[in-house]
Amino acid sequence: MELLNLMLFSYQDLEESHRMKLSLTKVVNGCRLGKIKNLGKTGDRTMDVPGCLLYTKTGSAPHLTPHTLHNIHKVPAMAQLTLSSLAEHHEVLAEYKEGVGKFIGMPESLLYCSLHDPVSPCPAGYVTNKSVSVWGVGGRVEMTVSKFMAIQQALQPDWFQCLSDGEASCAEATSIKRARKSVDRSLLFLDNCLRLQEESEALQRSTIIGVIEGGDVMEERLRSARETAKRPVGGFLLDGFQGDPMTLETRLHLLSSVTAELPEDKPRLICSVSRPDEVLECIERGVDLFESFFPYQVTERGCALTFSFDYQPNPEETLLQQNGTQEEIKYVHQTKKIKTTGCNQEMTSFEINLKEKKYQGDFEPLVRGCSCYCCQNHTRAYIHHLLVTNELLAGVLLMMHNFEHYFGFFHSIREALKNDRLAQLKELIRRQAS
Amino acid sequence: MAAAASPSSMESAPRIMRLVAECSRSRARAGELRLPHGPVATPVFMPVGTQATMKGITAEQLDALGCRICLGNTYHLGLRPGPELIQKAHGLHGFMNWPHNLLTDSGGFQMVSLVSLSEVTEEGVRFRSPYDGEETLLSPERSVEIQNALGSDIIMQLDDVVSSTVTGPRVEEAMFRSIRWLDRCIAAHRRPDQQNLFAIIQGGLDAHLRATCLEAWLAKWCHVRTRDPRQQTPGHREAEQMTKRDVPGFAIGGLSGGESKNQFWRMVALSTARLPRDKPRYLMGVGYATDLVVCVALGCDMFDCVFPTRTARFGSALVPTGNLQLKKKQYEKDFRPIDPECACPTCQTHSRAFLHALLHSDNTAALHHLTVHNIAYQLQLMSAVRASIVEKRFPDFVRHFMGTMYGDPTLCPTWATEALASVGITLA
Repeated sequence: MELLNLMLFSYQDLEESHRMKLSLTKVVNGCRLGKIKNLGKTGDRTMDVPGCLLYTKTGSAPHLTPHTLHNIHKVPAMAQLTLSSLAEHHEVLAEYKEGVGKFIGMPESLLYCSLHDPVSPCPAGYVTNKSVSVWGVGGRVEMTVSKFMAIQQALQPDWFQCLSDGEASCAEATSIKRARKSVDRSLLFLDNCLRLQEESEALQRSTIIGVIEGGDVMEERLRSARETAKRPVGGFLLDGFQGDPMTLETRLHLLSSVTAELPEDKPRLICSVSRPDEVLECIERGVDLFESFFPYQVTERGCALTFSFDYQPNPEETLLQQNGTQEEIKYVHQTKKIKTTGCNQEMTSFEINLKEKKYQGDFEPLVRGCSCYCCQNHTRAYIHHLLVTNELLAGVLLMMHNFEHYFGFFHSIREALKNDRLAQLKELIRRQAS
Repeated sequence: MAAAASPSSMESAPRIMRLVAECSRSRARAGELRLPHGPVATPVFMPVGTQATMKGITAEQLDALGCRICLGNTYHLGLRPGPELIQKAHGLHGFMNWPHNLLTDSGGFQMVSLVSLSEVTEEGVRFRSPYDGEETLLSPERSVEIQNALGSDIIMQLDDVVSSTVTGPRVEEAMFRSIRWLDRCIAAHRRPDQQNLFAIIQGGLDAHLRATCLEAWLAKWCHVRTRDPRQQTPGHREAEQMTKRDVPGFAIGGLSGGESKNQFWRMVALSTARLPRDKPRYLMGVGYATDLVVCVALGCDMFDCVFPTRTARFGSALVPTGNLQLKKKQYEKDFRPIDPECACPTCQTHSRAFLHALLHSDNTAALHHLTVHNIAYQLQLMSAVRASIVEKRFPDFVRHFMGTMYGDPTLCPTWATEALASVGITLA
């Protein structure tokens, strides 16, 4: 009976076993509002789009234990794990047998496993026709398709990014040849992974996310989108659209063209894009899901998100509360570093720096009216003190606030779309961006 | 709560301790402290939150663990953020949003630990701030002034702290000076109704000096006129006046340094033998599990130590058999919790294997998991000790504890065996 089942398995069957479905409520100016249903290995979970995934490091939200994570309102249903932090624990997970969700103490969460950590991009030059490498604490872990799938088997995530070649987007200027190679390799990896998934009992309920590559080359991007869409993947990851603000327009144009080629009823994820203004730009171009590493980066530089996403009437009043005039905003933009990933990037105008002396005696919460644990219980003065004295609690409290603020932002995007107010929200965010 | 102990007042300090049970063999006691921010069951272990934070864990987490009193440090907080700011924030309770009790030390211990930066005179201790190089004088008056601003429920007198490894006349000098400084602290204390000032018994490892120190306090209570010729500091011209110098509680200080355990326990026992029965005895800086159990047997009620929280941040988890160095490879595939009997959130959700992996990452959550567990361990230990005293089976508890910790009663450290024997508990 088992053998018969295996023999009957075909691409069609795999396709149907993805009972997961993205149902769109409405599409406005390219923005998709909807729900993903029948999610997860149990097939009974739902997720709203547009939405974000909970960012984790080595399977745990940064700085947070389940207790403090539970204090946060509107935590996304799906968390992002990174293979770069988990690949080296392959043997342990294989012996554990019960899957990474239970191992990390998040058995109730939906889990998406990405290849890399968006905060620490890995060194380029290590992708071959047969393997891709990730960097863990212990060094480089090289993965062929079979090793990659063996690791996924031990992890048993709900979704996982397929092994892919993302390096066409690393270099300053992509050659067409390199872009073509990234697409070819990624498709080959995808076909091999799908074949191995067919043969794996343990991975039947996991969903492969196909990766769209192609660097900055339109032709290759379109080819990648069309070819990947032909495969029975559960969704798409738009890789390599992050980068230099100078080439933003070009990349956004590419993005629109790519998503136009993708089926409507499958979710589109994007990696390495997390800033509020960039999130909105991508939603307008057909992206559904984002990583939430931006609030983590803000936390690491001792800052708190304070930008308003209250798009209801009186946006003028809200702006009066923001720091900086138009002149200051222009100046900050000019001095901003070019790289937009990594914790060393400059502060944005979406946040305040609690290390500044002016907060020493400020007994207001981080954001007035914020419902997070930090704002309900503590003051700017206290956070300032914790930062000045290098106390661990600073990171805990800031992370709680920054995540809550960010998840609230995504909630407001969905509300704005529902009430046809996205233009107002976009204008509000645009005016606060540097 | 604590009455004003001015020269003209005859009020005695209130009884903040209610004894619930006493061991019929040893000197162990179970009790309850009545403090401004709520009752505290004793014996009690008080975790140390030096700079207005319990390292990585929130006030809510600490409350959920059952902690009802913890420590803040006057020296550190006096420098950053400073008493004026904390006062504006409605005291240390308001500043860190801690609803239960706080105990602040005087800043005196830093004299020993940061001795290269300080100079002790009759006036006080002159520090050079490690942050901005500025010189500050920590006098008894200044220490109490800062602690008044902090608003902690129990405040400590400034004492002249000398390392327990020091011998000779310096020890005697420090002991007498501490008595004089107690007087100055009492005189300077502006909030005796809201904050309980504890005295600190000094005397190093010299039994005679310790006894003298204790006598000095007891003598004061018994309305004996004393005239200490060394009292030459301003404001004490009324030395001949009868001064009732009653305090709501006592700390045993100057131990938990580099002294041998053999000398350590004898000084503790000597102190508890002479201290009033109906007042709390706070043994400062003691926190290893064995030390806690032995010193409860010797008659101590309150303890504080950075050890459990500090060792957590190095990846060490406290268990009834000692500790687990979770970063070590042997825990890589150990899927059990730290302690299957432990009720803490860490042990309810996570395995040693996961904590091992997390400890090798740069996610600080690993440290917080262990901090939660280690505090839970200490509080659960004290709870169990207390229950055994109330249920009249403390000696059996001690035997079982030592058996678990050392495998066999004969393997228990000699000092502990002797200390327990001195109060009627045999291990074999």
